[in-house]
Amino acid sequence: MNNKKENIPAFTADGLPIDRSIKIVKTKAAKRAEIKLNLIAYSFLAPNFIGFAVFTLVPIVFAFALAFLNWNGNTAMTWAGLDNFRYIFSNEMFLASLRNTFVYTIGTVPLTLVVSLFLAIVLNQKLKGRNFFRTVSFFPYVGSLVAITAVWNMLFNPSMGPINEMLRALGVENPPRWIADNDWAMFTIVLFSIWKYMGYYMVIYLAGLQGINTELYEASSIDGVNTWQKFWYITLPQLKNTTFFILIMLTIQCFKVYDIVYMLAGAGSGALSEATTVLVYEIYNSAFRYWRLGVASAEALVLFAIVLAVTIIQFRLDKE
Amino acid sequence: MMIESTGQKILRVLLYVFLVIMAAVMLLPFLWMLSASLKQDRDVFTFPIQWIPENPEWSNYSRIWTQIPLLTYIFNTFKLTIIVTLLQLFTSSFAAYAFSKLRFKLRNTLFLGYIATIAVPWQAYMVPQFMMLRGMGLNNTHLAIIILQAFSAFGVFMMKQFYEGVPTELCEAARIDGMTEYGIYAKIMLPLAKPALSTLTIFTFVNTWNDFLGPYIYLTRDSLKTIQLGLRSFIGQYSSEYGLIMAGSVVTMIPVLVVFLSLQKYFVEGVAASGLKG
Repeated sequence: MNNKKENIPAFTADGLPIDRSIKIVKTKAAKRAEIKLNLIAYSFLAPNFIGFAVFTLVPIVFAFALAFLNWNGNTAMTWAGLDNFRYIFSNEMFLASLRNTFVYTIGTVPLTLVVSLFLAIVLNQKLKGRNFFRTVSFFPYVGSLVAITAVWNMLFNPSMGPINEMLRALGVENPPRWIADNDWAMFTIVLFSIWKYMGYYMVIYLAGLQGINTELYEASSIDGVNTWQKFWYITLPQLKNTTFFILIMLTIQCFKVYDIVYMLAGAGSGALSEATTVLVYEIYNSAFRYWRLGVASAEALVLFAIVLAVTIIQFRLDKE
Repeated sequence: MMIESTGQKILRVLLYVFLVIMAAVMLLPFLWMLSASLKQDRDVFTFPIQWIPENPEWSNYSRIWTQIPLLTYIFNTFKLTIIVTLLQLFTSSFAAYAFSKLRFKLRNTLFLGYIATIAVPWQAYMVPQFMMLRGMGLNNTHLAIIILQAFSAFGVFMMKQFYEGVPTELCEAARIDGMTEYGIYAKIMLPLAKPALSTLTIFTFVNTWNDFLGPYIYLTRDSLKTIQLGLRSFIGQYSSEYGLIMAGSVVTMIPVLVVFLSLQKYFVEGVAASGLKG
């Protein structure tokens, strides 16, 4: 990105000097036409913008204020200063949720990126049944979340699930207890997320791959470049923007994870333990179970700050 | 035709092996779901897996409708999903036209506002948003969910990116012919934007159909609940009714799969042309 102010040329395209002292005087008719044009443009924007401004922009501003207030939703608000932030950073569950969310993100992002890229490259080859494979790999993404988490919980059931039965049949005596084991729970959730999201990011990579100029590959074939070199020196650099985009989207998506964890790990009641709690779950609890709206907003600001920081860092790295 | 070397043939075989394994990983859970939905609870976990049950337990599919008000849930979810998708398609494609093809005051500022909020997770402002909507008396109404989902900045951004690829000369020519801006939008842009509209439809439909947290916060009355909430609370209460849970799961999957399969031929094209690849 270019931060320098663009210099306004002092000459027109024909090489004639521009006289800035002359002000174009608009006739009444021209003014009226311009106003009309603006009004037409605003009429296009209005249906979306009004909804967007009232129900998104206003709550965002409100969220910032609320983090510094005490409010239970019914009685009057009182000033809290930094108390909400002091409270959450001394709260064990909140700190655990912060830790878990980071672990989840660090586990999910790189693996999903690699798997979806590999899948996209394979499915970009001229292979028979390519469309079938493309469609199939998208199933986990569109599949209804309650349904697929229910299947996973049964497949990975520690005592009777087919996955562990298979492992036992293969000679593994004590197969992992997956979601029921505190040490394996996050890993299981990461595994599920990769399975669910790789098809989606595969499509985005596929779109990126199809944007690469085929002449680049043809030229390199003449020069006798091998497949690996083609990948490393042509495909990967050409996909840089796509990778950057996916990295940001995926990271943001991971930090706001909630429903996957809730449905996989929150058996019956849906309560999450210290081993699996995530940021959004804590926000939800503070707000809608304990009605400490200031605390919930402080937690939400932490989520927002992390997402913002990650985005800025990735933009910085991209520039280098 | 190029003649393949032995190395290339081996590579091709390996690729197919890889693809078949991947397809199995993607599909088997769904096939297992289908198979388990036709079994009695005690047969669900027999090992080795019996993929085609000997005596299919079709009654799972009739019992799930009476065990929970599945029809109400499905009706609610359809209603919300269709309204949200239509609103989203209309308002996004409409607003994006102005951002892409019209010049007006504050254009860049407004667009920047849209872009900036894409990066703000909904979860970060869901609490004040809830308090606001509750203040308006919209708690426990479907209108709240519609409002939540229908005006996303993402849709506007996506449609705008797609319109950028449509030559402006096309609009200019139509303007000279005396077509109004609304006419250009409806008669020229929309027909051209089919891939982008299909992609946005898939995204919005899937997201609204599968949304959990939004309805979970707003809809506490049983008659208003969506299928995700309804099925989830059934699983919470009767976690060992495996056959029924799987039958319910299959039912909730069908609508999204139908929408996806009918629009998917536009999908890669739509993602590519809308600049979603970055």
